[in-house]
Amino acid sequence: MTLCEVTDVAGSAGDFTVTVKENPRYVDMDKCIACGECATKCPKKVDDEYNASTGKRKAVYVKYAQAVPLKYQIDAEACIWLNKPGRCGACAKICPAGAINFDDTEKTHNINVGAVVLAPGFESFDPTGTEVFGYGEYPNVITAMQLERYLSASGPTEGHLVRPSDGKPVRKVAFLQCVGSRDENLCGNGYCSSVCCMYAIKEAVIAKDHVPGLATSIFYMDMRTHGKEFDEYYTRARKESGVRFVRCRVNGVEPQGDEGDLRLHYVNEKGQQIEEYFDMVVLSVGLQTPKHVLDLAKKADIRLTPHNFAAVSDFAPVSTSQAGIFTCGAFAGPKDIPQSVMEGSAAAAAAADILAPARNELTQEKTFPPERDILGEELRIGVFVCHCGSNIAGYVDVEDVANYADTLPGVAHVERNLFTCSQDTQELMVKVIKENQLNRIVVAACTPRTHEPLFHETIKAAGLNEYLFEMANIRNQNSWVHTGDKKAATQKAKDLTRMAVAKVAWQGPLQNFAVPITRNTLVIGGGLAGLAAAHNLARQGFPVDLVERSSVLGGNAIHLHNTWSGEHIPQRMYGLIKDVRNDDLITIHMETEVVEAEGYVGNFITTLRNKNNEKRSIEHGVTIVATGGTRLMPDEYGYRDHKEVVSAIEFDKLYEIRDKQVSSSNSFVFIQCVGSRDVDRNYCSKVCCTHSVQSAIELKKENPKRRIYILYRDMRTYSQRESLYKKAREMGVIFINYELHGKPKVNKVDGSFEVEVWDHVLHRPLLIPADMIILATAIIPNNGAKKLAQLYKVPLDNFGFFQEAHAKLRPVDFATEGLFVAGMAHYPKPVEESIAQALAASARAATLLSKKQVTLDGIKAQVDPDFCDGCALCVDVCPYHAITLIESKDDQGESHNLVEVNLAHCKGCGLCQGTCPKRGISVAGFTFKQLESQIEAALAV
Amino acid sequence: MLKNKTIGSVMVVGGGITGMQSALDLADAGYFVYLVERTGAIGGAMAQLDKTFPTNDCSM
Repeated sequence: MTLCEVTDVAGSAGDFTVTVKENPRYVDMDKCIACGECATKCPKKVDDEYNASTGKRKAVYVKYAQAVPLKYQIDAEACIWLNKPGRCGACAKICPAGAINFDDTEKTHNINVGAVVLAPGFESFDPTGTEVFGYGEYPNVITAMQLERYLSASGPTEGHLVRPSDGKPVRKVAFLQCVGSRDENLCGNGYCSSVCCMYAIKEAVIAKDHVPGLATSIFYMDMRTHGKEFDEYYTRARKESGVRFVRCRVNGVEPQGDEGDLRLHYVNEKGQQIEEYFDMVVLSVGLQTPKHVLDLAKKADIRLTPHNFAAVSDFAPVSTSQAGIFTCGAFAGPKDIPQSVMEGSAAAAAAADILAPARNELTQEKTFPPERDILGEELRIGVFVCHCGSNIAGYVDVEDVANYADTLPGVAHVERNLFTCSQDTQELMVKVIKENQLNRIVVAACTPRTHEPLFHETIKAAGLNEYLFEMANIRNQNSWVHTGDKKAATQKAKDLTRMAVAKVAWQGPLQNFAVPITRNTLVIGGGLAGLAAAHNLARQGFPVDLVERSSVLGGNAIHLHNTWSGEHIPQRMYGLIKDVRNDDLITIHMETEVVEAEGYVGNFITTLRNKNNEKRSIEHGVTIVATGGTRLMPDEYGYRDHKEVVSAIEFDKLYEIRDKQVSSSNSFVFIQCVGSRDVDRNYCSKVCCTHSVQSAIELKKENPKRRIYILYRDMRTYSQRESLYKKAREMGVIFINYELHGKPKVNKVDGSFEVEVWDHVLHRPLLIPADMIILATAIIPNNGAKKLAQLYKVPLDNFGFFQEAHAKLRPVDFATEGLFVAGMAHYPKPVEESIAQALAASARAATLLSKKQVTLDGIKAQVDPDFCDGCALCVDVCPYHAITLIESKDDQGESHNLVEVNLAHCKGCGLCQGTCPKRGISVAGFTFKQLESQIEAALAV
Repeated sequence: MLKNKTIGSVMVVGGGITGMQSALDLADAGYFVYLVERTGAIGGAMAQLDKTFPTNDCSM
């Protein structure tokens, strides 16, 4: 439902009536064929919001080329006719479909739903009128979103980075961080927007790729790259891409001469006043809640935080103050894409918690037309060559490739598309396949990893077997890597297309098959994430086996004190543990380990072993890995030698029991990043900055005279945690920055301790007398992670945390179906993020568990009994134990050894095929004939 | 607590990456979803991004 706004929410959890206002589109969705004639003729140009006002669009427009739905709309404010009827109407005259409808009116819908999920997102801070950095006054000061559009192939300059003022190429660009964030004075946004450090680095690196020799500088206060793999990216940007990082706040931006150059003045790390010239300045603008979302919050009557984000509990991170209304994404505090995606799934789980009784009551299965039998048809291959905007067309002569494809044997039809993945092209493909009676399809575009499933659906909709399909990756493996040589890239695109055509010619129809699902989940790990996932699944009505290695439930969380927002963790944990214990659908296995695992999505069998060495097997349809993390025992700072040097968790315990060591101390020194962001462990443990600041505030509250120092690399009190950092500073906690090459030193002099650190403000070493030294020690993976990863054949990252399927879009899934990860097993994270990920894992699991059967694809190993002599070499190499040696009798009744494939276990990896010396086994879709044809085509130049 | 009547449908307000993920998971788990989007097309802010860290995949 597009162009729709919620105007009222009535009712209660389970039964809401939502009033939705649908604004007129003035274009009939059923008639519009998105040909674009209307926009060509429309005389009215306005700023294009999609391009962050870097370009223009017409009054009749689509948001962007791949928009869903791909239907034009008229901007009522800009349209000449709608403002003065009779004056223009050019679009209505030209539209071949008669889709323009100036008489379209606003409609109201009352919709009855059981739950509401609010995912209204954010807006970028608009620096217009702030005057500080000259945005709006000097054309070469732009926002990060505008730079994003300049760098994009679908942007106003098709990816060429030029200056807005004069179109000249950019040589030197500065990024200014924290514009509209961490700044109460400018805009009242005291919080950290969490994502700007990372997007600035990404943009700086990509801009350097676009413009060889481009100099990029990022001016920042704290580099907050706290996400998974972010610090490694930061290091690469600095060391490999040569992005320059300057820790300072820029005082002002002024024009230099009248050519559009800009002068920045700032105080550098050595305390010197510097003037530096740039030809473009990018403002890393923060995120904030838009006005229309504040109105929405009012209509739904939900509570907001002082920073205008949805107020949530850390233990129910997607539940608003109204039962049955949920929130996810940046509305509940600024956050990045993976965290938003996790919360999207988490909100689904939380909604399902209350709606489970009504599951499947209102849905129906998608149906496809019957499959056409192509047996006996002559080869009619259709080739669709994609421009991918300018991603391919910028470096490959697509027309030349398409003309060439038309000459290939068996090819009956060729099309070129701006974006082959767009919705209108899917409709076009279906039409073209039917009209031309095509029976094999090749798409020469991007990677099958992301787009093959889409095209499978499309050709299914055209009545073809979905496997009569092949992709030639002329983008990732060609245009992106041969940007400097169009001729060679075009030739390679032709080669790849020829190979795909040769291969698909030998492709026959394959059938997917269904296997029943065991509707039971195994949750490994009884910490916060495991408990939260198990609890939610049981609430949705699915049985759970929960395995815990130790003798207590609760994991690390029961040792913590308060969440960042001040909720008492142990109290909430005991509630959660009690709920889990009392739930009939949850079976808890204490002091139990996973020792063996086999099976596949829907049908896993895991063997557990308890402390008495007794084994038992559990059948389960999905697996959630929530094995958590643990703390590092450091070798530094005298931790192992002196009782005055303690870790943060130990300090919490001493503080809680009012130990004399704490109460008699006056000077406390917190040292951050102990074992994190180090040479061996270049990742951020994410929770320690907030933890130390919280401890410091507690100590100061108790006795304001205490001297408290926090020695940090970058303070990473991201999102709304920034308020704690501010509070600590106001209370007199002293923050001193140090760098990796100048770590603090702990010295023992005459029985008392002092910490030596270089002071970057005073530019001399400081000696701080310390009664207690508290180390913010790193979070590391649990020692069982490696073994578990081997048992379930899932990958770990460089540091031993579990590796999700996709960093952005599949943050809780493993690449292997039916396996999910949650909590600190994935990466260090605070309570609310662990719970969000646990709920997300539960939601993802429920998408499988709510079905009676699971469909497995048809790419499986097949045995050719004429060639297989039962040598069984393939049995040993199969990593999935899918192949067994059997005895079979031939027509004459003689017995032979032969291998047999368990299709449900087989993943189609092809190791058997590569090993077989007799051509006795091959993978459907990759038969010897297909591969040979492909290779012959590769060599036939 | 809940009344007797529970409706097996959900309204997701916002068609960005978060709302879409929520809508997909709900639909796949057997609930009817109304996805409400204020503008003329879904996609949200992520559709404006050129490439995303760390895979440099195009955001589409």
